[in-house]
Amino acid sequence: MNSVRKRRLLFVILLSGSSLLAVFLVICALRQNINFFFTPSQVVAEGTRKGVRIRLGGMVEKGSLTRKEGLQIQFQLTDFMHQMTVIYSGILPDLFREGQGVVALGYLTEDNVFLADEILAKHDENYMPPELVKMVKSKNGL
Amino acid sequence: MLAPLSRIISPKYCYQITGYLIPWLSIICAALMLYGVVGGLYFAPADYQQGDGFRIIYVHVPAAFLSLMIYTVIFVSSSIYLIWRVKLADIVAQRSAALGATYTIIALFSGSLWGKPMWGTWWIWDARLTSELILLFLYVGYMGLRSAILDTNRAAYAAAILAVVGMIDIPIIHFSVEWWATLHQGATLAKLAKPSIAEEMLYPLLAMIAAFTFFYITLLCIRVRLEILKREFKTQWVCTLCT
Repeated sequence: MNSVRKRRLLFVILLSGSSLLAVFLVICALRQNINFFFTPSQVVAEGTRKGVRIRLGGMVEKGSLTRKEGLQIQFQLTDFMHQMTVIYSGILPDLFREGQGVVALGYLTEDNVFLADEILAKHDENYMPPELVKMVKSKNGL
Repeated sequence: MLAPLSRIISPKYCYQITGYLIPWLSIICAALMLYGVVGGLYFAPADYQQGDGFRIIYVHVPAAFLSLMIYTVIFVSSSIYLIWRVKLADIVAQRSAALGATYTIIALFSGSLWGKPMWGTWWIWDARLTSELILLFLYVGYMGLRSAILDTNRAAYAAAILAVVGMIDIPIIHFSVEWWATLHQGATLAKLAKPSIAEEMLYPLLAMIAAFTFFYITLLCIRVRLEILKREFKTQWVCTLCT
């Protein structure tokens, strides 16, 4: 490689390196803010102010879902460390069910109930046919 | 040692060899596409949670994969152009950009269609979706920059620098689902371990990814040939093609 090409190679490396550094610094500066949601543990630990709109993510605790009048529902949102009561009324996405990960947008009231006005279901990366799920479940049951 | 290499990257030789390759590439692409579409839409069973809605994976995942891969191709050829000033590398980068942008749009659009019933929203500003949208802007910006500069060599140089700087978005898109809490699920295929998808769903998906890749390569060959003719129209060998 002659000296001109060596210089150009150095230029490409410096260009990539500096953009890497710049983005790395931005990501470090933003860190928490890029996270899409808080978990109940984070809310408890950091003591989020009441009435501020946040997203709360976690799992719908099995057996905690109760339906009230109309479309209103209430359930426990858990990250297996802490849990919070969520109240929501409106249309639920297809994937919403007990044991499923969800993200709720809303705010914490004075009596520590999370009032949600939007609920999104989080899908996991597993894909399988229904028969396989039955097989896996019956195996685990044995 | 470098003599055969310089022959391959000469526009004339490249024009000839892609001419032979295109029919074969199209046949492979059509065969893979046929297997992928029939296997994915008809033979694969419905998902245990999403039902038939999961079948969008056969378009969404290949398109998203290609959107990242094509940008990587543009990055590599732009680097080669910046260091060795290989004309063919610039042509490959130039003619890949619109294809990459199209795949990005397909990935964003199909994901949006899936997101409404499954997540409950068309669009959400989480790390994965936002970084993929930035990729679309990178493609559009790349094409815009090229067309804004009339001189071919200057346009190639400026666009190559943009492509190298923009490369930083690719690892961010890929790792966004691991680094941050996102609404988008984690990778199903990219793990080295066993993929978390049933086998009868997996094979059509792999076939679709391969089919999309061959579709890109075929279209790229056609577009590169066109660009070679456009740039070399004054040379002897192009003139003899017409007579």
